Amino acid sequence: MISLDPGVIREITLKGKRIDHRKFDEYRKVVVESGVVPMAEGSARVRLGDTEVVAGVKMGVGKPFADTSGEGVLIVAAEFVPLASPDFEAGPPGEAAVEVSRVVDRAIRESKLVDFSALCIKEKEKVWMVNVDVNVMNHDGNLIDAVGIAAIAAILDARLPELDENDEVVIGTKTEKKIPISGIPVSTTIVKIGNALMVDPNIHETEAMDARVTVGTFEKDGDIHLCSMQKGGNSGITMEELEKIVDMATEKGKEIRNLLK
Amino acid sequence: MEKQLQLVKNGKRIDGRAFDEVRPLEARVGVLKNTEGSAMFRIGNTLAIAGVYGPRKVFPKHQEMSEQAILRVKYNMSPFATTERGRPGISRRSTEISMVIREALVPVVFLEEFPKTAIDVHIEVLQADASTRCAGLNAAALALADAGIPMRDIVASCSAGKIPVTDSEGNRTGMQAVVDIAGKEDTEGELDLPIAYYKKTNELTLLQMDGITKKKEFLDIIKMAVKGCEDIYQVQRSALKHKYMMETEEALR
Repeated sequence: MISLDPGVIREITLKGKRIDHRKFDEYRKVVVESGVVPMAEGSARVRLGDTEVVAGVKMGVGKPFADTSGEGVLIVAAEFVPLASPDFEAGPPGEAAVEVSRVVDRAIRESKLVDFSALCIKEKEKVWMVNVDVNVMNHDGNLIDAVGIAAIAAILDARLPELDENDEVVIGTKTEKKIPISGIPVSTTIVKIGNALMVDPNIHETEAMDARVTVGTFEKDGDIHLCSMQKGGNSGITMEELEKIVDMATEKGKEIRNLLK
Repeated sequence: MEKQLQLVKNGKRIDGRAFDEVRPLEARVGVLKNTEGSAMFRIGNTLAIAGVYGPRKVFPKHQEMSEQAILRVKYNMSPFATTERGRPGISRRSTEISMVIREALVPVVFLEEFPKTAIDVHIEVLQADASTRCAGLNAAALALADAGIPMRDIVASCSAGKIPVTDSEGNRTGMQAVVDIAGKEDTEGELDLPIAYYKKTNELTLLQMDGITKKKEFLDIIKMAVKGCEDIYQVQRSALKHKYMMETEEALR
């Protein structure tokens, strides 16, 4: 992999251009394929240009948390496998992987679009545990958006396994039942390089960025709602920039949602 | 369904605060003996202590940067800080919070002054009643200043959110943007938006949000959070001034 000097990216950005000739508000080609891992209850492969991630949903029965005793549990976990980048190391997830997991998790949870009470089997005792594991297979930037799209595509693809008379999963079965979800939460990341704001940064832009903001959006009753936000990177952002970021994320969120419908 | 607790009465909040009023604040610097700099920050019932080591040699050495210092932040919540005991050790939550606090501080610290060194900031939350990352960050900024590490400004951090407004029957009539959600509001609050504010450049260096809102309401809530940061900034400044005034007086005595 060739590493580009961040200074080069900054210079190009100053000229109002991007290294791969895209417009500032233009995503790379997004390809979503569902059902790529038949063993999983639900799965999806997502490609954002050369960034590639694979998400799999596995479902089991477990004990609910004490404070949400009538609700199922959904956990997103991103794994940065060493295959995906020379910078990724084997072992427990580092802070970057943890952040991606939690940001994607939050957009889905806080949108309240998943009906967690419908994932309860027996209050205080048994609920569905939905594990959404997302492997990054090739890192070419913008992992948060790629992992977010793959996670939601895999959730939409998932079919619940059968339960036996003791409410335990019958291994290897699938029913027609889906995970109850009434909309599509999407995480959209906008990066700031110098004074420019752009969507879907590739690896070079990701490495050169000053700051980024990820905004979770969903649509309900014809309105766009914001449900999560996360700033990253080593610079601050102004209120004016933030307002623009929210507008850009709102527009791009619509595009991604249309791909998932 | 349980009756909605009435969180807003006669234009005041359930604990008597105004909508834009943060809980009582207390800040002190130089509270620990073995660190180079330290601080305590309290907001209501939330209490955090921060300590700074360094600039010092970097271990492991491969983390070293030839042209600047590295800033490392560790946020930890004591197991006894919450109503139910927390599991000690690193969690996904603490890893993420440590990261966003570091990124909130980096813009103000002159890291380029100390190449090939590490500045380590350790934050311990001893008591948690909402806004622990903000309290931890406020303490950390003070501890860095107390350690004599040159900074462009002090970072102040505060959260804002919204709470339901109900009539006496418990029917919801609207939402109210409020600063520093805490106590009884915490479980009923519908949005949490912690920020950190770099006053000199008017920039946000930390920004997170949980909860549903729309653009216009979001902008109102964030203004509340900035106002909270302004109040906290003043308390941080006077804590630093107080310590150095005392030291000067002692030296002159």
